[in-house]
Amino acid sequence: MTHITLTLCTNGQVITRIHLQKEYNELRTSVLALKFKDGIMMAADTLASYGSLARFKSIQRLQPVGSSTVIGASGDMSDFQYIQTLLDELTVEEFTAGDHHELGPAEIHEYLSRVMYARRSKMNPLWNSILVGGVKDGKSFLAYVDLLGTTYSASTLATGYGAYIALPLLRKAVEGREHELTEEEARKIMEESMKVLFYRDARSLNKFQIATVKESGVTISDPIILETAWGFAEGIRGYGAQTQ
Amino acid sequence: MFRNTYDSDNTVFSPQGRLHQVEYALEAVKQGSAAVGLRSKTHAILLALKRSTGELASYQQKMYRIDDHVGIAIAGLTSDARVLSNFMRQQAMSSRMVFNRPIPVNRLVSSIADKAQVNTQEYGRRPYGVGFLVIGGDKTGPHLYEFSPSGNSYEYYAMSIGARSQSAKTYLEKHYESFMDCNLEELIRHGLHALRETLQQDKELTINNTSIGIIGPVGAHEKTAHPDGPFRILEGEDIEVYLKSMTPKESAEGAPGTTTAADAPAGQTGPPPPTGDDDVQMAD
Amino acid sequence: MAYIGLEVGGICQQGSGELWVRNSSAKRNSNCSEYVNRTAIGLRVKDGIVLAVEKIIHSKLLVPGANRRIQSVDRHIGMATSGFLADGRHLGNRARDEASNFRETFRMPPPLKDVVSRLSMYVQAYTLYSSVRPFGVSTIIGSVDKDGPQLYIIEPSGIAYGYHGAAVGKGRQLAKTEIEKLKLVEMSSREAVIEAARIIYLVHDDAKEKDFELEMSWIGDETNGLHLPVPKELHAEAEEKAKSALETFD
Repeated sequence: MTHITLTLCTNGQVITRIHLQKEYNELRTSVLALKFKDGIMMAADTLASYGSLARFKSIQRLQPVGSSTVIGASGDMSDFQYIQTLLDELTVEEFTAGDHHELGPAEIHEYLSRVMYARRSKMNPLWNSILVGGVKDGKSFLAYVDLLGTTYSASTLATGYGAYIALPLLRKAVEGREHELTEEEARKIMEESMKVLFYRDARSLNKFQIATVKESGVTISDPIILETAWGFAEGIRGYGAQTQ
Repeated sequence: MFRNTYDSDNTVFSPQGRLHQVEYALEAVKQGSAAVGLRSKTHAILLALKRSTGELASYQQKMYRIDDHVGIAIAGLTSDARVLSNFMRQQAMSSRMVFNRPIPVNRLVSSIADKAQVNTQEYGRRPYGVGFLVIGGDKTGPHLYEFSPSGNSYEYYAMSIGARSQSAKTYLEKHYESFMDCNLEELIRHGLHALRETLQQDKELTINNTSIGIIGPVGAHEKTAHPDGPFRILEGEDIEVYLKSMTPKESAEGAPGTTTAADAPAGQTGPPPPTGDDDVQMAD
Repeated sequence: MAYIGLEVGGICQQGSGELWVRNSSAKRNSNCSEYVNRTAIGLRVKDGIVLAVEKIIHSKLLVPGANRRIQSVDRHIGMATSGFLADGRHLGNRARDEASNFRETFRMPPPLKDVVSRLSMYVQAYTLYSSVRPFGVSTIIGSVDKDGPQLYIIEPSGIAYGYHGAAVGKGRQLAKTEIEKLKLVEMSSREAVIEAARIIYLVHDDAKEKDFELEMSWIGDETNGLHLPVPKELHAEAEEKAKSALETFD
């Protein structure tokens, strides 16, 4: 169960404390995203955990919305499924209008931020961090929104543990080169970052997908399985069954 | 009291399948002073004739800004127009709030048309007594729509509504093919020529009785240079330069006479067409 | 005009029990005015649905191709109305609400028969009360759903039947006669588009009526199950063939 406390401090500031026990299926691990020459790229593994249990190992966490946007989510799995149905309803509405005014990534992001903020204001937040990316009318867009309705935009983004482990790597590889990076280079950076995350993050999986959005549309790759080597771990104290 | 058997308080089908109440509402639009709208590849503009009840009164506002990218001109009951334009502003703001997107103009027009339709079907309501010309700019370029109390809306290259609007329509139909490639100044001149057709014999367009609404890049004579070309209303001295650019009426080739009678749809026995400005208290 | 007193509420029953609704508001469809749609047809064929309407051009100032009259109800459902345009839009909005509500509840694309049964009940409700008038539209609604191509007509009375071929509005008699000649179950959507265009051109009375624009949409394998306007090239081809067929017909 979760509950939230609002504390009024002596300086008049309100502090929101969120208390959370993990008794549900969770997309614990990170979503990574970056901008490259032709658009944006996003990656997430396919794991949904139940506490420390790796409960579902082939869950798609990247979702196309319309023809120029993709979203990727961390956090509560059922809340993310609810968000997906919200967006599905929205895209049906837009389709039936049939007037060539399709929602782009910026509009989807604004909409999500309004939904998230409205829910947190009702003390009943949707427990997710979401990355929204896409390309429309020649402009690429990448932004973040979370359970509090906080928004943030940058050329490299990450949620969850990735914000600590992978983001510095992404920044080093991407910042200042957004307009030079080719799709292949971007993919290499992503795979490398996902590999590091898998080594460092105990709630991750070595199976992930990459979404690419370019002017031509959205593609989401089949699951990619990383080759990893754990031989070095034998010499590390604290790994595996302890003999002494 | 009732002119017709089917004029009860509720909108009812006549045996011919018509809705007389709705048709009377369309007459209310024709009581209002005229408004003209037209568009080119780059601009959409509105022109309207303002009335005043006399020397001591100011001229009634005929145009409203809805959002940066949408503006309207009205003909008919001003109070109904304020209700509807307020609704339009809310819709436009809601689109900016929820999607960070200027509302697509066609959807905005449909939203008031859908509102108007309900008033033609349910007991205890009356149809709106006002018609709009709506101009707007969005990703698909400049647009002009007509909204009417029957709950219909159409997109046009050029259109006129209000008293003696048929005369303006005749002018527009004659020249509309050239509008597409006009620059702003030429487009306004065409609009003024069309609007002039709706005047009574002894009246003329002045800086006091004319409003011009524009969407599109800033023109040569405009002082305020906002590059995005949001909706703006020109009135007073700002429009003098455009009025002066008009071809004097006598020399205007083949200017059609006023043909108010033709306003009424064929075969309809509506009230007599408005003949003058003496109906001002119900109109704008 | 003995029925006037009764008809104040918009509806009354004849001796036969048939509602007047059908006489009076269905009549709307065949009147000549810029506020109504004229003939609309729908064809249910082997691999899809084709809808076509005869759109009267009441002014040459109208922007061609704008002011669409065929509406989408869901990704896979299309709807054409004949009668009051504004009533048609009202019904379209309701149909979209019903479809979206079905999706919300069952998390699946609504089958057409469910949308039709809900929508026809809504239409029927408007014949029951003195506080409202009935809808002045006949609706053709079509879809390709889990059971394949489906096509229905909803009348202003609330009656709804499924059809292989449907025609409503002014030219419906002639259109029906033409549709009956077609072998719909063997026909492809592409062929149906050509036939639909021909029929609309045929029922349009050139001598009496103003200009018209043909508007067509389709659903099926060709569109990946989506309800979409017929693509420009095919539309042009169908119009061309319709015109030449008309010449040989005369």
